[in-house]
Amino acid sequence: MSSRRVARAGLRLRTERLLEVAIEVVIRLCGVSAILFVVAIFLFIFREGKDFVLDSLKPGEFFLSPEWYPDSVEHKRYGTLALVAGTASVTILAMLIAVPFGLGAAIYVAEFSSGRTREVLKVVIELLAAIPSVVWGFIGMLILNPLIIQLFDAPVGLNVLNGALILALMSVPVIVSIGEDALKAVPDSYREAAEALGATRWQVVYRVLLPAARSGLLAAVLLGVGRAIGETMAVLMSTGHAVKIPTSPLDSVRTLTATIAAELGEAPRGSEHYRALFTIGMLLFVITFVVNLTADLVIKGVRRR
Amino acid sequence: MNPFSQSSRSRSLRRTQGVARAVFFCVTLLLVIPIVAIIGMLLLRGAPALSAEFLFSEPLRGMTAGGIFPALVGTLWLVGVSLAVAAPIGVLAAVYLNEYAREGWFTRIIHLAIVNLAGVPSIVHALFGVGAFVLFLGMGTSILAASLTLAVMTLPVIIASTKEALSAVPTAFREACWSLGATRWQTVRRVVLPNAISGILTGVILQVARAAGETAPILFTGAAFFLPFLPQSVHDQCMALSMHLFVITTQVPNVSQAMTYGTALVLLGVVLMVNATSIAFRYYLRRRKRW
Amino acid sequence: MKATAIALILVAAGCGKPRQGAGGGGGGGANERVMIQNKGSDTMVNLAQAWAEGYRAVKPNVGVAISGGGSGTGIAALINGTVDIANASRDLEPREADLAKKNTGKDPVRHVVALDAIAVIVHPSNPLAEIALAQVACIYGADGTCAKWSDLNVEVPACSGQEIVRASRQNNSGTYHYFREVVLGKKDFRLGSRDMNGSKEVTDLVAHTPCAIGYTGLGYLTPGVKALCIAAEPGKPCSQPTKQSAISGEYAIARDLYMYTLGPPQGTVRGYLDWILSEAGQAAVEQAGYIPVPRERRGK
Repeated sequence: MSSRRVARAGLRLRTERLLEVAIEVVIRLCGVSAILFVVAIFLFIFREGKDFVLDSLKPGEFFLSPEWYPDSVEHKRYGTLALVAGTASVTILAMLIAVPFGLGAAIYVAEFSSGRTREVLKVVIELLAAIPSVVWGFIGMLILNPLIIQLFDAPVGLNVLNGALILALMSVPVIVSIGEDALKAVPDSYREAAEALGATRWQVVYRVLLPAARSGLLAAVLLGVGRAIGETMAVLMSTGHAVKIPTSPLDSVRTLTATIAAELGEAPRGSEHYRALFTIGMLLFVITFVVNLTADLVIKGVRRR
Repeated sequence: MNPFSQSSRSRSLRRTQGVARAVFFCVTLLLVIPIVAIIGMLLLRGAPALSAEFLFSEPLRGMTAGGIFPALVGTLWLVGVSLAVAAPIGVLAAVYLNEYAREGWFTRIIHLAIVNLAGVPSIVHALFGVGAFVLFLGMGTSILAASLTLAVMTLPVIIASTKEALSAVPTAFREACWSLGATRWQTVRRVVLPNAISGILTGVILQVARAAGETAPILFTGAAFFLPFLPQSVHDQCMALSMHLFVITTQVPNVSQAMTYGTALVLLGVVLMVNATSIAFRYYLRRRKRW
Repeated sequence: MKATAIALILVAAGCGKPRQGAGGGGGGGANERVMIQNKGSDTMVNLAQAWAEGYRAVKPNVGVAISGGGSGTGIAALINGTVDIANASRDLEPREADLAKKNTGKDPVRHVVALDAIAVIVHPSNPLAEIALAQVACIYGADGTCAKWSDLNVEVPACSGQEIVRASRQNNSGTYHYFREVVLGKKDFRLGSRDMNGSKEVTDLVAHTPCAIGYTGLGYLTPGVKALCIAAEPGKPCSQPTKQSAISGEYAIARDLYMYTLGPPQGTVRGYLDWILSEAGQAAVEQAGYIPVPRERRGK
């Protein structure tokens, strides 16, 4: 080979190697992007809300007072108890509905159905998961609203029950898909052993699979809870948006998420109200962080087995 | 004694089994029925409004007449830009996690970050979008700010589904390349990615549907109530189908029931069609798999 | 190649046209497209859209981008200098004017563009026909004690339990602020009212709820609700919310609707405001269900 060809080949090799290194840098950067964004989200929210936390926050009032008067002329109060009660009541009622239905459907899809039925059901559940939040809110406002008024003789159909039904329908796909994974993750040897001892399908499920998949099913429920707590548009449109600690499922409530969505536009940048809303954002971030972390730890525990 | 006669115990066991099976079937049915009923009602009340004019003309007379074309266009802009940002970053992140990184505490933290990013409430994403893109980076309320907010939101699921697609490619493929002296990136680029592309696309398509349906992240970052012109650059604001539905349901008086339901139907239809495409794609791939 | 793709996209995005508007949209050639950024009051958002549509016919190259979000949103944007015109159904507060001056160096200028009356509405089956402001305050105020219709000596036929269901607005709404100022004397609302996203939702709620009471702008009244006759004081004669009573001042809860600009309007924005206050613009006001500004007050 002539020396020039060798030189050119060497140059090409070097450029290729340089490109490879550059690409690897980009790839590594993208790899850590998730961490960067999570940290960035918390930092930016903290940046906008920290002055409230450091200067005006009165923890007793913030967490324990039901009086949310961020723009009162005479006496501003930032009590989030009613808002937290709103989020909690809608979420708890939603889970009371979603968990039995979700787990039931997961068991049916995983253990009792087969072939065509299973595929169809899985597709339906996936499509359920795809329905956008604002469409759910629309359904709550225009379809469930008059239905609840009629069925329960309630004065207003926008209430905890409405929001909970909507949230339940939104969380069920999460519970079903992760619950189904958890049930499938139970080793076949468990099933075979039970069947060899003469158990029926139902007995296998009830006595062997459910206990064995216990933590995976718990994780499924936790992720459903996380989804419900974080939901914004659907509850904004369907819960009646009243600052009130509910005493019955037919009461209207307001959730933390809906409060931010409704009031963020009003406060001029830098005002105390604005910063208080970002503080609520921090609170929501922390709550969902804890819930998702717990769910993930539980799932990791399952997979290790 | 007939060894095949059923004892009373096994009969009652079988009955319990039958009952249990029926109960679970009913439970599942009770989930499916409301969905069918709701979609049916949307179709019934919204179909009268659907027409070419509805889809392709702009809102008139205070949005009580005309159509939703600008909202459709705006949604396309938002989805397009957000995916143009999220897809490359997400795919490369999954490449890093599956092909380059070693299992350890660092990947554990990344995994945790992904799980948490996926669980952040949509309104918190909106707060982040306002704080970071609208204010800090000075983009103002624009398609760019709204799309970047949507991109951050769809990123974790793209990473997760791409990683799954990549790990489905048999290690043997990679080993064959390495034994031929290929570098890691060459292997990824020429063998792994092309074989995983279908799984990757399935995941990305699903996120298209999600980005099209979200409202909260775009409320304060780029969506407008009414725009007289179609957006011409990423610095403009845009109307969006999801926001439009929210607005005509809660704020615009005298919109006919058909138009309101029709808008919901279009949004739902778009989202479900995209999802159905993804599901159909997945089936097609499953049958075409070469290993 | 993907890395190049990202880089290219970001560069292309960054090199796009700089944002138009927020600078008076001044001048520009006859055929150049100009955008006016208009944000604010939800009460006015439909009216603003009607104007934007009407102005398109007059000047096709001028587009008005409309966003709602409440009077507070519009004013906040004005303070940040990101809109040309802010719609507000309430007055600017002194501290807001100060902030605007501090951030942008200009004083906000107020233009009266329409009049509105806030109607207090109930379900058609509610036998109540007139109500005093003090009674409304008793229902809505934090220190009010009227929680049931029986407290007002009224029995609503289809309302079980006679519980008064209060429909209100969220605090980004100018309607909310104005109601609080005139009816509650700036005191707080009582918590527990259903705070709706827009006047339309309030009207919808009241139309479907026999127990309900609500307040909404004239432009959102529908035949499905009944507007109460308002007496400024108990015993005094009451007046219905109409164009005449609002202009004459006889109706107690009438208000001006404003558009604020930073400094006196220039160029395209000025043209738009002039058109709004012209016969054509004010005709659109009347069509939208609001009250046109009396001629002697236009342009002041």
